[in-house]
Amino acid sequence: MIEVKNIKKGFNGRTVIDDVSATFETGKCNLIIGSSGSGKTVLMKCIVGLFEPDEGQILYDDQSFTTMNQNERKQMRQKIGMLFQGSALFDSMTVEQNVMFPLDMFTRLSYKDKKKKVREVLDKVDLKEADKKFPAEISGGMKKRVGIARAIVLNPKYLFCDEPNSGLDPQTSLLIDKLIQDITLEYNITTVINTHDMNSVMEIGNKIVYMYQGLKEWEGSNDEIIFSKNEKLNSFIFASSFLKDAKDMRMLEAKGKIDENRDMDKLLK
Amino acid sequence: MNLFTHIGRFLLMIKRMLSIPENWKMYWKELMHQCSEIGIGSLGIVAIISVFIGAVSAVQTAYQLVSPVIPKTTIAVIVRDTVILEFAPTLTSIVLAGVVGSKIASELGNMRVSEQIDALEIMGINTKAYLILPKIIAALLVIPMLVVIAAVLGIWGGRLAGAASGILSAETFDRGLAMGFMPYNVSFALAKAYTFSFIISGIPAYYGYNVQGGALEIGRSSTQAVVTSCIMILLADYLLAAILL
Repeated sequence: MIEVKNIKKGFNGRTVIDDVSATFETGKCNLIIGSSGSGKTVLMKCIVGLFEPDEGQILYDDQSFTTMNQNERKQMRQKIGMLFQGSALFDSMTVEQNVMFPLDMFTRLSYKDKKKKVREVLDKVDLKEADKKFPAEISGGMKKRVGIARAIVLNPKYLFCDEPNSGLDPQTSLLIDKLIQDITLEYNITTVINTHDMNSVMEIGNKIVYMYQGLKEWEGSNDEIIFSKNEKLNSFIFASSFLKDAKDMRMLEAKGKIDENRDMDKLLK
Repeated sequence: MNLFTHIGRFLLMIKRMLSIPENWKMYWKELMHQCSEIGIGSLGIVAIISVFIGAVSAVQTAYQLVSPVIPKTTIAVIVRDTVILEFAPTLTSIVLAGVVGSKIASELGNMRVSEQIDALEIMGINTKAYLILPKIIAALLVIPMLVVIAAVLGIWGGRLAGAASGILSAETFDRGLAMGFMPYNVSFALAKAYTFSFIISGIPAYYGYNVQGGALEIGRSSTQAVVTSCIMILLADYLLAAILL
């Protein structure tokens, strides 16, 4: 479990996130959502230690990350895997070398064992055939999957995904979401996903934190989001009329109002 | 940012760079890779420039020494000393600041912009140590070697040009080379080479590592790295000459 307590971060005198507190639970897909510039990426970078928060505390399973020294952080970071928005694969290495890199750096496994482990994770992300290809030779969706494979190769306890669906078609997005959800459940890890993809929110959002102008505006699950009366959240999530209608339908459905086809016909009219 | 901020950040980068490697084998592999990139990658251009500089200095020295009382061996002496003292270390380093410096700055800049450095940080790797230290050590190892090669090729170029243009025979040139040779000049050239190696690798690494923005900023930082390195090389050249000669 990751706890964020009263985090504050600003740049050049401008506050980007202010007094944000949240809990990200183990074995769940925890989503940070919000429009561009709402501070969700800064929040995630503070959690993983790429930015130092100005105030507040970050706890990884009750261990304070903010007060750790360099060596303690190094140790902690070996338990963290991260998928970056642009995948951040090493251009000069093949897919296999990219995934093997953390094993080369932090383990004393033999080449044979490392290769076996790499095959295992590449198989998990369904990329066994692309192991000899370079990042420039594979598609965006494949790059994301390689990024996931590299993030999980050391069996992390915490997985962070920064906009895993950006630049992907809806079908590939769903595949990536499903993969992240499966990994979260299989390894029982704490997964934090930064997204503004509504499919992800509805499909895998076990726990959702909504950021608005640097503040935590709402917290709940994908079931609760449908019934939320928070106007800012509703106007962000259900921005299109299609999604608005879908929400109305789901609400009516939940209230048991749609039980006959004629009611559906009425609604459709 | 003012000059002192840059100096402070540069010194902090150097301090942070000096830490115990996470995995010696991986650092060694990276060091060997950088030695090959910097050394082998620059050998061709260094060889071409050195031969021509030696050749041109022989021809121009002969053109200026018109007095019949000055022996022709003086041309070889002048070519040897100018090549060893100035052309081989300084000119080679300025060329390398362009070739190697821009490569280091753009490589690190691209890694920064595409979040590859962040990815390494998240893994728990000291990126300053893993990405910058092998580049600086590799430069300190191979650039002095390139300077020595440049000096040899420069003198050989002068000998070749002298004989080819009929200014002085190869035998006369060889006699001149042996006249009044001061081994200290070679030590001085190597001192310059080591100083310039650090400038050529350290300054572009600093600019590349701290890039913020996109492709445009990578280009800008690369140019700035080369310009700053060249200025620093010339400044260090003057200071070393004033102190050591």
